[in-house]
Amino acid sequence: MSQDTSSESHSLHLLNPPLPFDMKLRMQQTTENDGSVQRIQNTARTKFAQREKSYTEAFGDRQTDVKTLAGQIKQHTLDHLDQYLEQFIQSATKSGMKVHLARDAAQARKICLNIAQSHGCKCCIKSKSMVTEEIQLLSALESGGIETYETDLGEFIVQLDGDAPSHIVTPVIHKDRESIARTFRQKLGAETTSDPEDLTEVARQYLRNVYRKADLGISGANFLVADTGTIVLCTNEGNGRFVTEVPPVHIVVAGIEKVIPRINDLSLLLKLLARSSTGQPLTVYTSLINGPTQHGDPVSTHEINVILLDNGRSNLLPAPTRSLLRCIRCGACLNACPVFRHAGGGHAYGSVYSGPIGSAITPLMRGVSNYSDLPKASSLCGSCHQVCPVNINLPQQLINLRQEAVTQQIPSRLESLIYRLFALCLRYPFLYRATSYFNKLFTRLGGISTGAHDQFSNRKWVKHAPWLFRHWTTCRDLPTPTSKNFQHWWILRNRGSSS
Amino acid sequence: MRISGYHHCESIPHGQHGFHKQHRSSIDLRIALFITCLADNYFPRSGIAVVKILEYLGHEVIFPRIQTCCGQPMYNNGYRKEACQLARRMIKLFRDCEIVTTPSGSCASLVHDAYPQLFTEGTQDHEAAVGLAKNTYEFVSLLKDVLDVDLTQLGARWEGIATYHYSCHLRHIISQADVERLLNNIEGLEYRQIESADQCCGFGGTFSLHYPDLSGSMVREKVRNIAETGAETLICHDNGCTMNIAGACRRQNVAIRIISPSELFAESLGLLERGAEL
Ligand code: SF4
Repeated sequence: MSQDTSSESHSLHLLNPPLPFDMKLRMQQTTENDGSVQRIQNTARTKFAQREKSYTEAFGDRQTDVKTLAGQIKQHTLDHLDQYLEQFIQSATKSGMKVHLARDAAQARKICLNIAQSHGCKCCIKSKSMVTEEIQLLSALESGGIETYETDLGEFIVQLDGDAPSHIVTPVIHKDRESIARTFRQKLGAETTSDPEDLTEVARQYLRNVYRKADLGISGANFLVADTGTIVLCTNEGNGRFVTEVPPVHIVVAGIEKVIPRINDLSLLLKLLARSSTGQPLTVYTSLINGPTQHGDPVSTHEINVILLDNGRSNLLPAPTRSLLRCIRCGACLNACPVFRHAGGGHAYGSVYSGPIGSAITPLMRGVSNYSDLPKASSLCGSCHQVCPVNINLPQQLINLRQEAVTQQIPSRLESLIYRLFALCLRYPFLYRATSYFNKLFTRLGGISTGAHDQFSNRKWVKHAPWLFRHWTTCRDLPTPTSKNFQHWWILRNRGSSS
Repeated sequence: MRISGYHHCESIPHGQHGFHKQHRSSIDLRIALFITCLADNYFPRSGIAVVKILEYLGHEVIFPRIQTCCGQPMYNNGYRKEACQLARRMIKLFRDCEIVTTPSGSCASLVHDAYPQLFTEGTQDHEAAVGLAKNTYEFVSLLKDVLDVDLTQLGARWEGIATYHYSCHLRHIISQADVERLLNNIEGLEYRQIESADQCCGFGGTFSLHYPDLSGSMVREKVRNIAETGAETLICHDNGCTMNIAGACRRQNVAIRIISPSELFAESLGLLERGAEL
């Protein structure tokens, strides 16, 4: 479906902002909107709780073991990625699929367009896939004269609105039912209430007609199985099946990290994927596609093309960051992340991959200096690491990226100077004591006393701190040191006991 | 008479940080205190409490006076070289100490998790870092895992309604349930759990300065949840969180007394006078 150009550029801008990306500026826009922060909070929290419950039910106190194992399977694959990719290509080719390699987004778009044009495709349906968002595939097809339709309900709404997904699993986490109903009324001329069932029905009716005329199906893949050449697709709405089975041509776009060694590894990963995303034991539909249907079948997909996409992923292959490629895009770390929830969801991250995993991979894929705001946007609380089904130590990765930023001299001179001076003071006890003393002296100047008499708890509170600390006092008071510090107490006491 | 809460020595946890099981003949330990820069200057009372409790239990506390900071601000913000220098300093300072304890979970976890990986494996520095990591205990985990303290047996008593903020950096050190068990062993203490208790308070060191709006929104939520418990006292398990939460409570006019677990324990054992305000 064609969008007007202004809304299309809006959605492109959301996921591909001007660089270097300014997260604070973006957050002003994402958090100003009518209660979307609260909605995101609620939905993400619910999903977080559902995940917790289903994990406990399924794995009990062996959760860590399960995650470690899953992490090891993915890590092993990545350690031998060339080998498994080759194996996948061989197996898939043997079962009649065509496999293409794309170095970057432009190349992937071109391959897609060529396939579509060589078959004379006019109408493309697509199931939910973040990687196609990453390479802005649909707008490329549209400009090639092909009509495109999202078939996942969330993505359908996003497309109608000229919006962009704000969560890798729940693309419309930022929208409320009323605004969706409004969109349906305006854009589809449908008479509908904001009842979820009504809304689903409107989309379903609309898409039914589209499915009939579609001649190209595009999907992503959750896993690519090397030993059998199987493409695994997990969906909840059944649209994935239409996309992969109805049109004569099917294109799968998948990142190179999606490969797993054996079909036997699938059971564990599937169990973890659905539970991590939504708390379901399995997604409603799990399709294992083993090649195009044979001639003679009444309904048949004659051709399956798999595009294996790099697009910056191999930047992550060096040992320190390799573990990031284990990600199975379950979205659990997004739901668990307080920053994601308070920042107004995925749009705050300026990339299709948001939340902690987005903060860790986007800078690596698109340049540390372009996205240096993201690694800083974390309190390092570690709940992402705790929930990650493949055990990625995301806080550590964010710290590593901060290190990389320092190495590349991205922080301001002033900032670096302050840290280095501070570190210097901490290396010498007399400087440390002098710093402590002056800190106490100056901060207490502007403070209001609490009136405690005990000199080890007597502190003051500052309402408006100057300079670097002014940001602290935008939302809370700043405590000052107490009149006497611990070192004083220790000295006094020892003096007392020796006399 | 000295009362010791140290019953036997089999209970040092295995695994997580590679702690060794240790066997001791003597029940009186020499325990080195790493006060941390924040507690030293901002929350001395939490350190005083640590000393009083350990001495009450019959152990000797040593305090190397030339200690400063573990380097967490540098490490977390990417200043690895500076963090390394400070780590080296810490390692040297506490080299001969069998047990090092600190009232801060985040500083303890820095020593546990970051110190070893700051140095190349196989080097002496690395070995020493691993050694310090093994010997360093956050104070509450020391009480629970090493000293095996039974507060009920010690007659801990503390009247009042209290709630507890579990700090994120304790994840690999001690579970919330474990701390809650300790709190429930104090007679007279009515414990109320905070809604979404394991959620970050939004401090995150310099995160609170880089993203004041985000951090502010997180801490406001925390303060709301704390206020809803109706507790008079908040046991806050990290000094960074305390700065943040206490500041926000003041700004939001939520009157609540905030103390560290060590202060609570010391008060409940009659080692510290109750009533000092934060
Ligand atoms: S990093 Fe882990 S938790 Fe986050 S989306 Fe990927 S697999 Fe899921």
